[in-house]
Amino acid sequence: MADRPGATGAARRAGAGWRRPGLAYLLLLPALALELLVHLVPMAVGVWMSFRELTQFFIRNWSAAPWAGLRNYRVALDVDSAIGASLLRSLWITLAYALLVVAGSWLLGFVAALLLQRPMRSRGLLRTLFLVPYALPAYAAVIAWNFLLQRDNGMLNHLLVDNLHLTDDRAFWLLGDRSFVAVVLVSVWRHWPFAFLIIMAGMQNIPTDLYEAAAIDGAGPGQQIRRVTLPMLRPVNLVLVLVLFLWTFNDFTTPFVLFGAATPDQADLISVHIYQSSFVTWNFGLGSAMSVLLLLFLLLLTTGYLLLTARRRRRAV
Amino acid sequence: MLAGRSGNGVLGVDMRFRKVGATAAAVLLLLPLAACGDDGGGGDGKTLTYWASNQGPSLDEDRKILQPELDKFTQQTGIKVELEVIGWPDLLNRILAATSSGQGPDVLNIGNTWSASLQATGAFLPFESAELDPLGGPTRFLGPSFAATGAAGQPPTSVPLYGLAYGLFYHKRLFAEAGITSPPKNWTEFVAAGKKLTRGDQWGLAVEGASYTENAHHAFIFGQQHGVDLFDGAGKPQFTSQHLVLAVKQYLDFMATDKIVNPSNAEYSTPTQPIGDFAKGKAAMLLWQSNAVSVLAAAGMKPDEYGVAPIPIADPLPPGGKPVNSHVAGINVSVFKNTDNRAGALELVKFLTSSAEQQILNKAYGSLPVVKDAYSDPAFQTPQIKIFQEVLATTAAPLPQVPEESQFETTVGSAMRDLFAKVASGQPVGEPEVAAALEKAQQEMGTGG
Repeated sequence: MADRPGATGAARRAGAGWRRPGLAYLLLLPALALELLVHLVPMAVGVWMSFRELTQFFIRNWSAAPWAGLRNYRVALDVDSAIGASLLRSLWITLAYALLVVAGSWLLGFVAALLLQRPMRSRGLLRTLFLVPYALPAYAAVIAWNFLLQRDNGMLNHLLVDNLHLTDDRAFWLLGDRSFVAVVLVSVWRHWPFAFLIIMAGMQNIPTDLYEAAAIDGAGPGQQIRRVTLPMLRPVNLVLVLVLFLWTFNDFTTPFVLFGAATPDQADLISVHIYQSSFVTWNFGLGSAMSVLLLLFLLLLTTGYLLLTARRRRRAV
Repeated sequence: MLAGRSGNGVLGVDMRFRKVGATAAAVLLLLPLAACGDDGGGGDGKTLTYWASNQGPSLDEDRKILQPELDKFTQQTGIKVELEVIGWPDLLNRILAATSSGQGPDVLNIGNTWSASLQATGAFLPFESAELDPLGGPTRFLGPSFAATGAAGQPPTSVPLYGLAYGLFYHKRLFAEAGITSPPKNWTEFVAAGKKLTRGDQWGLAVEGASYTENAHHAFIFGQQHGVDLFDGAGKPQFTSQHLVLAVKQYLDFMATDKIVNPSNAEYSTPTQPIGDFAKGKAAMLLWQSNAVSVLAAAGMKPDEYGVAPIPIADPLPPGGKPVNSHVAGINVSVFKNTDNRAGALELVKFLTSSAEQQILNKAYGSLPVVKDAYSDPAFQTPQIKIFQEVLATTAAPLPQVPEESQFETTVGSAMRDLFAKVASGQPVGEPEVAAALEKAQQEMGTGG
């Protein structure tokens, strides 16, 4: 390209300097350094801790903690012992929880987005209203659920027993089998607005002429959803489901705030389980080993999911 | 764009931007490091951070009680104190986090049963004679309380602050209505009274079933009466002994088989819940520490509406059982070793253990002074306080002062919490279930020490 004389040329040259790769990396450096500091360093420290016998005697001076080799991993993976068995149980509970929450949130979000696709007067208001659970601070929202679900003074039992007279038996929602139902419901309540938001954005990107063409071909609303909406939403859904799954699988706030320090056995989700098993015995090495195992498990699951969906996409093309 | 590279001005701009970029990068890199370098303690090296445990009816009430006293301290010494009151469910975890990060308070409260466990972390300042003498030396403190400040044979890493003991609180009106004239003295009488007191919405006893600390204390007290040693001579846990199974089951049975405890109590995780039930007349008895007094006052119950008696003792005692109806309960005060105002921190400890402050604070909290000279105040000569004093002096035993003690509380206390939940949801909890839960608690211990 020929060099042009004059002011424009000078400006261009300055611009060229900007585009030099060295400076670009330099400007990226702060972000990169912070990313390292905030995410990767703690992760590396966690991995290091998992190979140490980091108990109460060493928490003040971690570096003095003796080398444990793979012992922490052996304890966590020994499903015949109380610790390994409860970790495995917690994993199954968490998988069930994550699947139910993702399915529930996606379905609610999809239906709500679909209903609000058509222009109507209260659409803006409803959209705002639907986003409230997502906008509320997690702690405030979940602690309110804790109050609602208490056995003697909770609103839910008051409604079921005293107002509607559906049953005479006040049920425990924060203990026993129903605690799992409670944590799933609260979590769906918290997460579905996100699904709604993303699906709504996705739907707005579907050109209306596709629906018009489908209608001309004689497709009813059901067929339009199946043949136009869902396939067009596919890329959005792929990411949405993955993100929702990872969030709910790692969800700490919902169970921790809902149950306080007393997580029931039936709702023993893995992030709280790891936290509590570290603090119950002050064995942070073992807790870290469990965290690393969780990380590996999620990495494996995510890779599998991405490979599977990529292959399908290729096949579809 | 070859020509662009040779221009002098361009290079200048480039250099300048590079410099700016590098500076920005350096600043951004160093910022978090600088934040890490500040080891808490208020920053300016003079201000002290004080973590107080929850002694009153609410964290807010605690702040109202403590702040004027700390202001007094600031007036006297010129040292500012930043106060944070921390609830019991969080306190131990917060202390552990502070220990591991070094980002802790300067002065803090600990449950005295954790003394030896926290001493083992090496994070607290040992109180040698140089630190103890200005406080009046060990002999100024009550003997049982001072015994719970750390493992035997090592300099203590805390000093007593508030003294507490367990007692039986009974609701006078409900007792009169049920025709019970005197508080029960043994467990047979206790359960019989509880059954008489349980009718309709009213229950014989209220417990804090989801609190691991409360559960663990009762495991210890009932365990003592059943002749249990929680740890053997070498400090190894012995939670699977048949005696402990029976002791834990006896406590759970108040809900499971005696049915004198509302199953809802399995959800209770703050003291105000069971104590509130008692104040409202929904429960007739409480097995609680002396500081329930201040929570009851906040709930609107007058001191003449309830009575206090020693907790029942089994009669006859099971073989090997000891006549113990409380642990040596209380709150200690410790100083973090890495404080940047050690002299100020010790000054605060001296202030808090002074005779005048001991009287003010223990009166406000319904606890017992831990220094002998504070008892001259007539407020500590009431019949109620006398009962707690008597328990502390004669029938209280200290929890084992071993490093694994706090883990006994978390493992066994949590196991009992899960068992209460099972009982409440109607699952059978007999000896095999209790034994299995304790076996699991013992296995968890095995990975800690």
